[in-house]
Amino acid sequence: MIRNTTCLRFAQKAAVQSHFRPALHQVVRPKITMFARGKATAAPAPQLQQELSFKPIMTKQSAPVEEKQIADSLQITKKAGRAIYLDMQATSPIDPRVLDNMMPYMTESYGNPHSNTHSYGWETHDVVEESRENIAKLIGADSKEVIFTSGATESNNIAIKGVARFYKSKKRHVITTVTEHKCVLDSCRALEQEGFEVTYLPVQQNGLVDLELLKNTIRKDTVLVSIMAVNNEIGVIQPLEKIGTLCRENGVFFHTDAAQAVGKIPLDVNKMKIDLLSISGHKLYGPKGIGAIYVRRRPRVRIEAIQSGGGQERGIRSGTLPAALIAGLGSACQIAAQEMERDTKHIKKLFDRLYNGIKAKIPEIYVNGDMEARYYGNLNVSFAYIEGESLMMGLKDVACSSGSACTSATLEPSYVLRALGVEEDVAHSSIRFGIGRFTTEKEIDYAIELLTANVERLREMSPLWEMVKEGIDIKTIQWSQDK
Amino acid sequence: MLRSVSQFARVTRRAPTLVKATPIQHTALLTLPRAPLARSYHERVIDHYEKPRNVGSLNRQAANVGTGVVGAPACGDVMKLQIQVNEQTGVIEEAVFKTFGCGSAIASSSLATEWVKGKTLEEASAITNNEIATYLSLPPVKKHCSMLAEDAIKAAVRDLLDKREKGKTASA
Repeated sequence: MIRNTTCLRFAQKAAVQSHFRPALHQVVRPKITMFARGKATAAPAPQLQQELSFKPIMTKQSAPVEEKQIADSLQITKKAGRAIYLDMQATSPIDPRVLDNMMPYMTESYGNPHSNTHSYGWETHDVVEESRENIAKLIGADSKEVIFTSGATESNNIAIKGVARFYKSKKRHVITTVTEHKCVLDSCRALEQEGFEVTYLPVQQNGLVDLELLKNTIRKDTVLVSIMAVNNEIGVIQPLEKIGTLCRENGVFFHTDAAQAVGKIPLDVNKMKIDLLSISGHKLYGPKGIGAIYVRRRPRVRIEAIQSGGGQERGIRSGTLPAALIAGLGSACQIAAQEMERDTKHIKKLFDRLYNGIKAKIPEIYVNGDMEARYYGNLNVSFAYIEGESLMMGLKDVACSSGSACTSATLEPSYVLRALGVEEDVAHSSIRFGIGRFTTEKEIDYAIELLTANVERLREMSPLWEMVKEGIDIKTIQWSQDK
Repeated sequence: MLRSVSQFARVTRRAPTLVKATPIQHTALLTLPRAPLARSYHERVIDHYEKPRNVGSLNRQAANVGTGVVGAPACGDVMKLQIQVNEQTGVIEEAVFKTFGCGSAIASSSLATEWVKGKTLEEASAITNNEIATYLSLPPVKKHCSMLAEDAIKAAVRDLLDKREKGKTASA
């Protein structure tokens, strides 16, 4: 009886796993080998979209088109599969190896990691601790310093509000930059409501912080400096080590939102003198809904907890830990550590291909952000004289995002691009391409092709391009609706 | 054999049943049935975007051509609409446009050029943004695009009338 059940379960498990992850590693054995050691092959993920066997319709017809023809062209798009995903800064696909490692904790090992009286609890506790260790290793920390949260947004909230509130009796000043993620800016705004003083440092035209300015802004009562490692919109890498040294000299805590940086660029919290660091799971091929915060223990960073509860995670973040998501995050970090070199080479190659391809075929493009101090998985480029949303509409087989106002709910162009000093009309024409571990050369080539065709078409339609070709300086024109 | 059920269970327990039946296809797991454009445009907007009518330029200097340029690059919307009027009949015989703006803006101005053809100047001025917005099923956030198209038509008409005035005073 027992044998039959066992065999059946084993077969089911094998069947499920072989479909989830076709060829990469052997059957997972929980407890002994927690994480797959397989290396990524050239094309680890199976083909997620079928090849398109037609070109988008772009003929010029003067007669209006039949309803049926419109429906047909939409049908073709529906049938041909999904768009190419080039929006890695928004989120990333879960690495199949990560999913494999999460599965046992979604199915049979469902115990609460804090239940220390039975094996259901022990087994999930083990994976939580192993994940903690993997995350810590990736950033050069100790596992006791890693706290699990629901994502980088929560980590940023804890870092900024928690630290500021703890030291509020003596220190009332916080420094951040204008190009931070919304959750950091909003947390700072909340602190301002509580009576703190926040300085939002401007950035230079290349997106980097001016260190002299930072040095002069730090005061005796500054408690925290929060500067993100890699910017999500433009991809620039801030000089973390220099900032960290500056903060350590002045006795100020240094927090960095490393959601876009962890697992992609080498990070060492001791070398870079980072005191607090936010991690996001779904940016490094892990699951959504999980993140972590690194909180330094020597010298100790004290935090006032935002979330009250049973005192889990050193009292900083109460709540039952989601073992499955944590297994995913730990696995993603372990894979990232293993494959950072390979990923970096792969992504740089694709970045060069994309950038050179665009530059060769399309004139008047501007890359937003520094070219050298950059994470090459992010290319934010503005196409002058055309608007971003209309370009994205033409790029319907490519999933990317734009800094244009029309794509935001509030009709305001991207604040990060404005902070770089980019003109508003150029900010409207920006597109951000995200390249990742699973992006292929074919996808990049197709994107370039589509981009070239659409930019040409839209420039033909653009009055600004026409004016420029006639030699009129657009800046001198009095527009009818200038604000 | 018993090991693979659970290496950690010190007590035998009934293994939870996994999903039986057909194994899940990898693509099915990751490919959810979803419309191609989540925030989908109406078919007419897409049609005008893919096959815009009357993109081009007319001679600005000609006496029977009126040019209207509205909007501002800072707002992300600039429309240039030109109309050519038959001097004898007073009917608009040719209309072209160029637009810097989102898909809805392009569609609104393209539609505007279609609608003004064959109309007199008074009839063209009577076209409202509501008509354009309804025809293209524009969501509330895009209504300003149709507003701009209406402004463009009016600006072109006004430009033409101004030219006529100047022509009259010059010859008078």
